[in-house]
Amino acid sequence: MTQQTAAVPASPGSQPAPGRPSFEIIPRRGLIPVAVVLAGLIAVIAANSSWGVDFFHVVGGGIWTVLDLFLGFVLGPILGRLSIPARIEVTTRLMPKMLLIMPTVVVCTLAAGWQLALQTGDIQTSYSHHGWIVASMIVVAVMAVVALGILEPANLAVLFELKKPQPDGQVIARLMRRFFYSAGVTGALQVATLLIMTRLATA
Amino acid sequence: MTGQVSLAGRRLPPVDLLAVVSVALMLIGGVYLAAHLPGHPGLAVPVATVAAGALLTVVDLALLSRVRPFAWPVFFLVFRWALAAYLVIAGLLGFVFIRDHTPAATLAVLVATLIVFAVDVPLILAFTVARYAVPGPAVKPG
Repeated sequence: MTQQTAAVPASPGSQPAPGRPSFEIIPRRGLIPVAVVLAGLIAVIAANSSWGVDFFHVVGGGIWTVLDLFLGFVLGPILGRLSIPARIEVTTRLMPKMLLIMPTVVVCTLAAGWQLALQTGDIQTSYSHHGWIVASMIVVAVMAVVALGILEPANLAVLFELKKPQPDGQVIARLMRRFFYSAGVTGALQVATLLIMTRLATA
Repeated sequence: MTGQVSLAGRRLPPVDLLAVVSVALMLIGGVYLAAHLPGHPGLAVPVATVAAGALLTVVDLALLSRVRPFAWPVFFLVFRWALAAYLVIAGLLGFVFIRDHTPAATLAVLVATLIVFAVDVPLILAFTVARYAVPGPAVKPG
């Protein structure tokens, strides 16, 4: 599950962050739409709705892929060139939302995708392109290791650091280096996902 | 500031690394099972991965419990919320497999895999945040 969010690439110094806005690490109001989406996912799976699982898989997968690519290769580098206050402003507004959006999108994509593959028979080992299905699972697994092991912890730790009265620039810089390297890996893996999914769609 | 730099640079047991290895093992077992479902996959590989992952997690928790000083309030704050979130995610995935009438033995291995996974991820998150925190009162999440 990729948790790729753009964040503050801190300056090497350990200066206190100027003009930090107050923010919630987990926006409580955002939990309501998350609950609604997950309830919808459970409903379509329970009802075995073909359109429903297709909708959740396609929409969830599209959002997941686009967010990973956009944040990793477009917004991330732009953030790196912004002034420190601007980076902090964007990060403290964007990252808390991403902490809610990404897990929701990923679980919708995977759960609905599994049901969809069952309905279409693509998950069967007898399916002629079963190898591609397995390949997509492996890609997701590698992305999950990178995201859960590096990206998401770094993002969360940065937010907690920014909550401190005196954020440590060195800590933030160290975490952000981890973030940028792993963002490149997940971005590349999303390209692999696109190749596999388009291959399957036209098989 | 000096205190924070020393916190960032101090040597701690590889709690996060071991948990990531455990997550990787869960994913290997999960992918193996998923690649063979909805049939009756052999359970030797996934049982081995979930057992190894669970053992790693126990060792990890033991190593973590010996760390002094540590920002335990921050650790438990993050762990608690992350555990709640990942139990919901694991529960949802478990629901999917139950809904699909997955064979009992396979389902048991899958549930065990999801449980270890749902503990490992909060462990990684909480440890990463707490290692940079000064031991003391927790930061409120909101």
